Amino acid sequence: MTAVRLSGAVVLMGGFPALAGADLEVVPGEVVLVRGPNGAGKSTLLHLCAGLLRLSEGQGDVLGCDLGADRAAVRRRVGLLGHDTALYGELSAAENLQVWARASRVAEADVTGALDRLGLPQRLRDVPTARLSAGQRRRVALAAIVVRRPELWLLDEPHAGLDSDGRAIVDSLVTAAAAAGAAVVLASHETGPAGGLATRTVTMAGGTLSERAQS
Amino acid sequence: MSAWTGLGGFVGDARLVAAKDLRIEWRARTTLGQVLPFALLVLVLFGFALDANRPTLRLATPGLLWMTVLFVTVVAVQRSAAVESADGARRVLLLSGMAPAAAFVGKAAAVAVQLLVVEVLLVPGVVLLYDAEVESVPLVAATCIAATVGLAAAGSLLGAVVAGVRAHQTVLPILLLPVSAPVLIAATRAFADGFGTVAVEGWSWIGLLAGFAAANAVVGAVVYGPLLEEA
Repeated sequence: MTAVRLSGAVVLMGGFPALAGADLEVVPGEVVLVRGPNGAGKSTLLHLCAGLLRLSEGQGDVLGCDLGADRAAVRRRVGLLGHDTALYGELSAAENLQVWARASRVAEADVTGALDRLGLPQRLRDVPTARLSAGQRRRVALAAIVVRRPELWLLDEPHAGLDSDGRAIVDSLVTAAAAAGAAVVLASHETGPAGGLATRTVTMAGGTLSERAQS
Repeated sequence: MSAWTGLGGFVGDARLVAAKDLRIEWRARTTLGQVLPFALLVLVLFGFALDANRPTLRLATPGLLWMTVLFVTVVAVQRSAAVESADGARRVLLLSGMAPAAAFVGKAAAVAVQLLVVEVLLVPGVVLLYDAEVESVPLVAATCIAATVGLAAAGSLLGAVVAGVRAHQTVLPILLLPVSAPVLIAATRAFADGFGTVAVEGWSWIGLLAGFAAANAVVGAVVYGPLLEEA
């Protein structure tokens, strides 16, 4: 089973083709870097793979679920780190993770373990996340993905706003997730640090994808 | 999965969302720190506008009280919708896989709890400020519950409708106030009986309030998912 299979995927946003016929296949255990300039359509691609956007044309399935008819099933099984953190600012890191875990029906969610893995200091775990720095909030957002144990990780600019320790933690998470059989799609406007993680790199421009030489 | 297990999951998800919203509300202190003083201020200003004329105030008490509750509903619903739109938080509801109807019920329940808290304080407020007398506590209580459920359901539904609109803060009252007119009319009539200011059959208006609440709850539960995705 492929984790992601897109064929001629088009996503129109207000009539504008944010994705203009994208083809992509990702298999479990693979780490694919989608590289492209701002506005290339990388975030749209990730949101489509997360089941948050509708296909306007073309075909696609994620984790065996059709992106046309079964997006709700897709959404349950993916973890998405976007430009925003999807955290409730008045709730603490631990409370946010508990909401994520309970809403996602994760049995025996290891909230403490996830925050440990992301290196969030103990003294910050009961502070409303709105009072944390951007980098710390991003760590909590990543911890929410760890708690849910998704089969497909979709990380948009995963190193953005993180210090060197945070970047190293992201790298270890991605490596561990892929080793455990999850598929990972990273999006970045630069090859940079994310490039080192990727088993394959594709470039994106004008809403279309093209394969690059092995990174 | 049995229907009973499914129902348990639905109730659990709704409780999770309601508890989350109420905890956020408790931390932000919007209802206690801003909405409640605003509501009491409106009551006082209505008193000034009617020149502290006690007979007129007593006659107008039910309408003034429910107008105030409508204003409070607008603020509470705006706040409830803003919780999900800040920093992409609605992804929690979308990616978790919970039933959108459960999320809707949870959000409406949290708004209803806040409105009931305000109403519990407003009723003694009109007794003190307007010299009103409660003649039928059961009728007043039933009206509060039925009207509150209707306002919370209609408000949460419209809050989701306007979530993706750029000028949602101004559009929401433009939609919510006219839609809530049946609640204003029915709750005012029922309260008029409960306060003994007008000789009407107050209990007959509870049926209209219940019907309004049920209709908005059903429509909201059905369309909340698509609205959440489009926002």
